[in-house]
Amino acid sequence: MHLRDSDADATFRADLRTWLDATVPTLPPEPDPRDWPARRIRDAQWQRLLFDAGYAGINWPAAYGGRGATPTEHLIFLEEAAAAHAPDVGVFFVAQMHAGLTLIAEGTPEQQAHHLPGILNGDHVWCQGFSEPEAGSDLASLRTRAIRDGDDYVITGQKIWTSHAIVADYCEMLVRTDPDSPKHKGITWLIVPMDSPGIEVRPLVTAQGSAEFAELFLDEVRVPVSNRVGDENDGWRVANVTLGFERGTGFVGEMLDTTNVMNELVGIAQRTPRGNGTAWDDIGIRRDLGYIAAELDALWAFTKRNVSQGAKSGIAMGNGSAFKVAYGSVVHRLGDIALRVLDRSSLSFDDVDGEPTAAQLHGKLKGFAVSLGGGTSQIQQNIIAERVLGLPRER
Amino acid sequence: MISRFAADRFPSDLTRAFGDVGGFDRNAWRELAELGTFGIALPESAGGVGLGTIESVLVHESLGAGLVPGPLLAATLSAGLVPGVLEGDVIPAIVTRPNHQVALVEHLQNADVLLVVDDMGIERVEIAAIDGQNVEHPTDPTTPVMVVRELPHGEQLGDAHLALAWRRLGSVLASAQLVGNSEASTALAVGYAKEREQFGRPIGSFQAIKHLLADSFTRTEVARSSVWAAGVTIDEPEVADVDRAIAGARLMAARAASENAKTCVQVHGGMGFTWEVDAHLYLKRAWILETVFGNLDEDADLIALHVAASL
Repeated sequence: MHLRDSDADATFRADLRTWLDATVPTLPPEPDPRDWPARRIRDAQWQRLLFDAGYAGINWPAAYGGRGATPTEHLIFLEEAAAAHAPDVGVFFVAQMHAGLTLIAEGTPEQQAHHLPGILNGDHVWCQGFSEPEAGSDLASLRTRAIRDGDDYVITGQKIWTSHAIVADYCEMLVRTDPDSPKHKGITWLIVPMDSPGIEVRPLVTAQGSAEFAELFLDEVRVPVSNRVGDENDGWRVANVTLGFERGTGFVGEMLDTTNVMNELVGIAQRTPRGNGTAWDDIGIRRDLGYIAAELDALWAFTKRNVSQGAKSGIAMGNGSAFKVAYGSVVHRLGDIALRVLDRSSLSFDDVDGEPTAAQLHGKLKGFAVSLGGGTSQIQQNIIAERVLGLPRER
Repeated sequence: MISRFAADRFPSDLTRAFGDVGGFDRNAWRELAELGTFGIALPESAGGVGLGTIESVLVHESLGAGLVPGPLLAATLSAGLVPGVLEGDVIPAIVTRPNHQVALVEHLQNADVLLVVDDMGIERVEIAAIDGQNVEHPTDPTTPVMVVRELPHGEQLGDAHLALAWRRLGSVLASAQLVGNSEASTALAVGYAKEREQFGRPIGSFQAIKHLLADSFTRTEVARSSVWAAGVTIDEPEVADVDRAIAGARLMAARAASENAKTCVQVHGGMGFTWEVDAHLYLKRAWILETVFGNLDEDADLIALHVAASL
């Protein structure tokens, strides 16, 4: 486990920091978070700057136009970008982290040539069409049907939890091509252009008041067979390739954000009057925040351990699941402490008196994004119990 | 290798006997020493193995997992300073000089020498100079304890600088033992859950049991990462704040060990509450390690103040 930069890593970090210091201040201010078209424009601007500087596709192989960064360099990139308050990947998350990497691993040369440049330079936004109202934790039971008709698949069905669908150009979609086989064996992975006739996008508002997800309604949408990634009915395997890319560095940006929220909460506590002093004089609050900091430190160490191990042999599935369960719990508990510090200020989702109270409350809800998204904590616990500890499966 | 040795040479019965008067097996202790256990991080010139703190951490994880009894920390810390300790011939005991209370000292009954650590340094106190009383019912039945009302002073073996190094290393190695403990109690519970059948199937097939054990696994792996980072930081103090790393490792490891051991008792059902089943041994060893060169509340406060100072 390496905590110290090698010489090569130190050079990478220094060069990156120089570039970030020069470039981030030139960006226009962040748009209203609810204005998705404006967010797309800004995220694309940032993506273009990264592309021109050679940092786009940071962990993509260089042969496919990426930086070819080692896992350690990828971690350094995320750390430095957060420290410089650079934009995160934003609406390009699915394109960069899922679709692009899947096409590199599983796509045809034609698919790669057609799609990878647009993902790298910020021209194309992708969304994910995996989950359905009846297929969440049990994703393999998905029902959206794709029927072969000549050189096309004709798709009818419904998807939910589709991130950034309202600004997306393409959808990585899982469809059922064989309803008669066992459920894992009848699924196909398709590239669906979002301007295809028959797609209705209905924004889905979360408890945070943001429409970052959508439902998709598909009514006989035609997609050429050449848009299929992998073989027909081999989509479940390809989907697991897609989802596997999140292990390791998938939560780094998240954790950096949570660490900032924790630091801000300490600052708020130091300024909040309580009794004869401040909330920071409350040793109970200090100790509970100290414990949260210890857990975040531990999760960082876990990330570095996983990244080191991953470079040699791939990250163990159990460790990815364990990370997610532990991290979700930390975010929830940090939110609980926030309420104790904010007291009555917690009644407002807008900043009160210039204090960044809103960020604390959003942070409090964010715990659900971690404990529910990308496989719920309960599913992760099942994975650990059955696949790592070897306890008998339910059925 | 240590794991295998521990399993073979320190089975549960022998370990339990260490808590009894005359139960300290000096031969087993000497064999443990002969593996190089106490000299992992000692230079080869001093008779050690010449590796680093992280390797010592790994060894203590195995020792903790094997519930190996005896003054493991005292021996590891003093192996370079007190002749005979490295070889397992001289049995040391160690204690932090308390401020206002009596001193409770593990393994003092079997010790040939007592090392007393405080902010000023390390002193060697001769056993004959100590007036101590045997604790008839030590909390951990595998760790005998004596009460010493007035700890005498002795020959100065090390200065304040060395005492700080011992406290830091001692803390990390105790945390490493806690990580091993947390892993072993989980394994015991998983084994039981696979065998024990109720309602027509192994209890490990029920989600309630699965989730308890999955959480144990998670606690262990997170704590292990924290302890490794603390071990690396001791050897490379420029990478992070040493005291914060050590305090964090203690918080994570102590929580992992005590929660996992509680889960182990719980998964065993009523049998988990018996003297005969080893579950309570993991729990009690976790409790006594929690306060060795560390205090959870003080550790949490140290970290909080460090966070505030770096804002």
